[in-house]
Amino acid sequence: MQTFSFYSDGRLTVRFCGELDHAAAASAMRAVAEAAGEYLPRTCVLDLSGLTFMDSSGIAVILRAQRLLNHTGAALTVQSPPEQARRVLELAGLSKLLEQPKQQRREVGSI
Amino acid sequence: MKAENYIKLEFPARSVNEGFARAAAAAFVSQLDPTLTELGDIKTAVSEAVTNAVVHAYPEEIGVVQLRLRILPGGELEIMVKDRGTGIPDVERARTPLYTTGGEDRSGMGFTIMEGFMDKLRVRSIPGRGTTVTMRRKLQRRG
Repeated sequence: MQTFSFYSDGRLTVRFCGELDHAAAASAMRAVAEAAGEYLPRTCVLDLSGLTFMDSSGIAVILRAQRLLNHTGAALTVQSPPEQARRVLELAGLSKLLEQPKQQRREVGSI
Repeated sequence: MKAENYIKLEFPARSVNEGFARAAAAAFVSQLDPTLTELGDIKTAVSEAVTNAVVHAYPEEIGVVQLRLRILPGGELEIMVKDRGTGIPDVERARTPLYTTGGEDRSGMGFTIMEGFMDKLRVRSIPGRGTTVTMRRKLQRRG
C-alpha cells in the first residue's frame, strides 16, 4: 500500500492507495502519525478513494488516528471510500466520520 | 451436504498470506458470477478470519492455516478457516464488538464484520487445540 500526504491551510489530507489490511496497517498508521506530527493540522482527512480493499485493520487505523488527533485538538474525517470500504465503515459504525461531498457542504453553509 | 465444487489451501500463518487467501477465495467464487458487493463481502470475511488466525493462533511459532471453500447445492458458499493454535478461551466474549486482545493494531471488529457480511457464522475453539471458523453466504442467482 502507498500513502500520500498533502497539507494546505491547516488541513492535512492523507491518501491511502492499494490494500489496507493487517499487513499494511502499521505503515499506514506511521504515515498518519508522521504527517500529523510534522504539520500539526486543524483538520485531518483520510482519503480512501485509492483503496482497492480494506478490512477491520483499516478501522483500527482510523480509530488510532482519531485518538492521536484528539490529543492535539484536531478533527478527523474520512472521505471517498469505495463501495467495499464503505460497507466495512458502515458495519463498524464509523459512517459519522464520512465527510460530506463538497457540493452538499456548500449548500449547508449557504443556509 | 455434498459440495458441488471445493478448494482446500494450506499456508503458513504469515501476514503476507492474508492477501493471497482473499485473492484465492475471490478467484474460486467467480464461477458463481457474484455481484461486486458479494465479492467484496466474501473477500472481507475471508481476510478477517485468516487475519485472526495469523495474529492470535500461533504466538510462539509460525503454524499452519487451512482455508476451505465449498459451493453447496443451491449456490450457497461455505468458507472454513482452521488453525491448530492456542484456541480462544471465551468465544462469546471474543465475538463481542470492539473486544480484542491484539493491541492497538486491531479494532476488535473482525467477528462483527464476518457476522454482518455472511448469512451464518460458527466459531468452534478448543484452548490448546485450535479454532475453526465456518461461514455461509447464499449468493444471488443472476440471469
